[in-house]
Amino acid sequence: MGMPQVMRSAPVADVVIIGSGAGGGTVTKVLADLGVSVTLLEAGPMLHPEKDFKEHMWPYQVPHRGSGEGGASYFGRARPFGWFSAHAGGWELAGEPYTVAEGSKFRWFRSRIVGGRTNHYGRISLRYADYDFKPHSRDGIGTDWPISYEDISPYYDKAERFIGVTGSKEGLRSAPDGIFQPCPPPRVHEALIKKASDKLGIPCVANRLAVITKPTNGRAACHYCGQCGRGCISASNYSSAQVQVFPAMKTGRVNLITNAMARELITDSEGKVTAVSYIDRITRTEKQVKCRTVVLAASCCESTRLLLNSKSSRHSNGLGNSSGAVGRYLTDNTGFGMSASIPALRGMPHHDSDGMGGAHLYMPWWLWDKKLDFPRGYHIELGGGYGMPQIGTFGSVLEREDGYGESLKKAIYEDYGTHVSFAGRGEMIPNEDTYCEIDPDVVDKWGIPVLKFHFKWTEAELKQVEHMEKTFTDIIQTMGGTVTARPGPASEKISTGGEIIHEVGSIRMGDDPKRAPLNKYCQSHDVKNLFVADAAPFVSNPDKNPTLTICALAWRTAEYLAEEMRKGNV
Amino acid sequence: MSDGITRRETLAAIAAMALAGPLELAEAQHVHQATAADAKAAGGMYTPKALTRHEFDSLRALCDVIVPGASKGNAAEFIDLLSSQNPEMAAIYTGGLAWLDEAMKRGYSTDFLTARAEDRTAMLDKLASRRNNNPDLAAGARFFYWTRRMAVDAYYTSAAGIKELGYMGNKGMTEFKVPKNALDYALKRS
Repeated sequence: MGMPQVMRSAPVADVVIIGSGAGGGTVTKVLADLGVSVTLLEAGPMLHPEKDFKEHMWPYQVPHRGSGEGGASYFGRARPFGWFSAHAGGWELAGEPYTVAEGSKFRWFRSRIVGGRTNHYGRISLRYADYDFKPHSRDGIGTDWPISYEDISPYYDKAERFIGVTGSKEGLRSAPDGIFQPCPPPRVHEALIKKASDKLGIPCVANRLAVITKPTNGRAACHYCGQCGRGCISASNYSSAQVQVFPAMKTGRVNLITNAMARELITDSEGKVTAVSYIDRITRTEKQVKCRTVVLAASCCESTRLLLNSKSSRHSNGLGNSSGAVGRYLTDNTGFGMSASIPALRGMPHHDSDGMGGAHLYMPWWLWDKKLDFPRGYHIELGGGYGMPQIGTFGSVLEREDGYGESLKKAIYEDYGTHVSFAGRGEMIPNEDTYCEIDPDVVDKWGIPVLKFHFKWTEAELKQVEHMEKTFTDIIQTMGGTVTARPGPASEKISTGGEIIHEVGSIRMGDDPKRAPLNKYCQSHDVKNLFVADAAPFVSNPDKNPTLTICALAWRTAEYLAEEMRKGNV
Repeated sequence: MSDGITRRETLAAIAAMALAGPLELAEAQHVHQATAADAKAAGGMYTPKALTRHEFDSLRALCDVIVPGASKGNAAEFIDLLSSQNPEMAAIYTGGLAWLDEAMKRGYSTDFLTARAEDRTAMLDKLASRRNNNPDLAAGARFFYWTRRMAVDAYYTSAAGIKELGYMGNKGMTEFKVPKNALDYALKRS
């Protein structure tokens, strides 16, 4: 590795943003609109949607049909979310390990490309409820956020209006209404699910997806091909690259540096950040970019790693970590799923059920005011329909049927499109045994010390998963489907930590600098020119996917930062 | 990758069109046709890459018995190509095909390719049944499991299989509608 290539006359960037996903993309867009010049560092390469996205491609257009080179998926080496998915990452990245403590299980999905994980995510866009910001006041567990729903609500409005989110006004306390675009009608299997959930008293409402159904800010309306996860060439869904970074670059105020793997934040004698040190992945040399302020948006755990690796005599604990809380309070959402074939769907006239790349209905949490044997709750995501056949689509038929020949083809034909699936996503309470730290023994191929994860589900999450299993069973049976009970405890059925890819909380906000690294504007208590704009500042991890809240909070942080810069405070 | 200029141009056209206004159904169908034409152009006579000609022809015949029409979905080509990239898979197929020929010769005095249809199915019936725990057939049953799985995948990801299955999407549309007859059919039965 070469010496830092810093010239004395190197220009000083007003703001360096590290990471171009939902948080970094939002900060880039908001600051550029406010006339602030930014330097945006992205660890991965540039994104070229028209070339990189596999939208509308048939499986037979690639010789391996989506199983991957050498039929990788047949040997347990499938590309996560399928070969056609838009991400450029995975659970394991060559040369960039992470470690997991003995007795823990944790999986960490990283996507190194402009736009990060927003290129392939599920687009589910749910506001946190008023009570989600005050969990401790409500049930005595966890910690209250230093902000309330009223503080963030205007930023939810701005984010939804700009990004475009489908939905319907429902007046449910657990799922606050927003600025919605019309949601397309329910598919047939979704209408059946709603019929059953109506009987059971579970709300089933228009889904809230970051998909535009009306032309918005020069982006075309959805064309209902059902392939959001492959990336959308017409940018009819939200990805930070297409919706925020690329348009912001047209202002001339964005200096995007790709393949820049942030290594460390450099501080001066007063403890302020003066530069960001990064590895240029192409040349494997260290470079530095001087800055007036820095915004971490590298993803919850990657931002945490960066602070913990930014040690100096003044910050022996890592930067911005006088509280000792950096790395603590890490959570994921809970996950549990079930599926079944529904007899009422067998023999139905086939039709194009593609629609948006996600369900058209969802079930928000409905028991928030009931006394249960676990705290907090979950929402339910739905699946089903006549999907494009893929490698492995008929695996369940092959498991059930011995035969071959015409009888096998008949079984496959009759099974196709009859399945519905339910996935619960619920709140995890932060606990003492779940955190990440630097593993002193391991560095990645750039020489950067890696993260070590500690993870544990508690009774609160396991009881919740038991409740999910009972609810899904009730719905499936009400629909006339048959459930084959899975034996075993909830601890064997719940998702692995990290697997839902909703990591939040490891650089939390709080009014007390002794307990929380960030203030209520996601600004470091210790280092005034340091901000965090991904999911790391979250104080709890409610039963709602975090991306919309990342966007709203990042928007608020960016406006605050611009104002503080204008006042000369940072 | 076999998606060539045609698909890329079509996608670019879609993106441009979509920005200009609502996507016309005729244009959306054009994508479908263009992509199908791409695949057709890539066809032609296939030379096995991992298997011998005899192995390949035997595999093709076997796939067609397991999934009638599998050769229209290029099932044997799919398996051979992946085997050429993956020695682990190649071993499953060369070993399995050799086992099958041996077993056919022992039972019916002929290899699989030249065997009578009823002798082929007599053998496959034994391999297909999971109730049959005969250890002498275990290797053959495992080979059958692999071939059945990959022939099904190959057929139903091919243009022919997708058409037969009745998947009608991947088109794009200006408005998402649910056919009333389908909705009524399912609601009435639920």
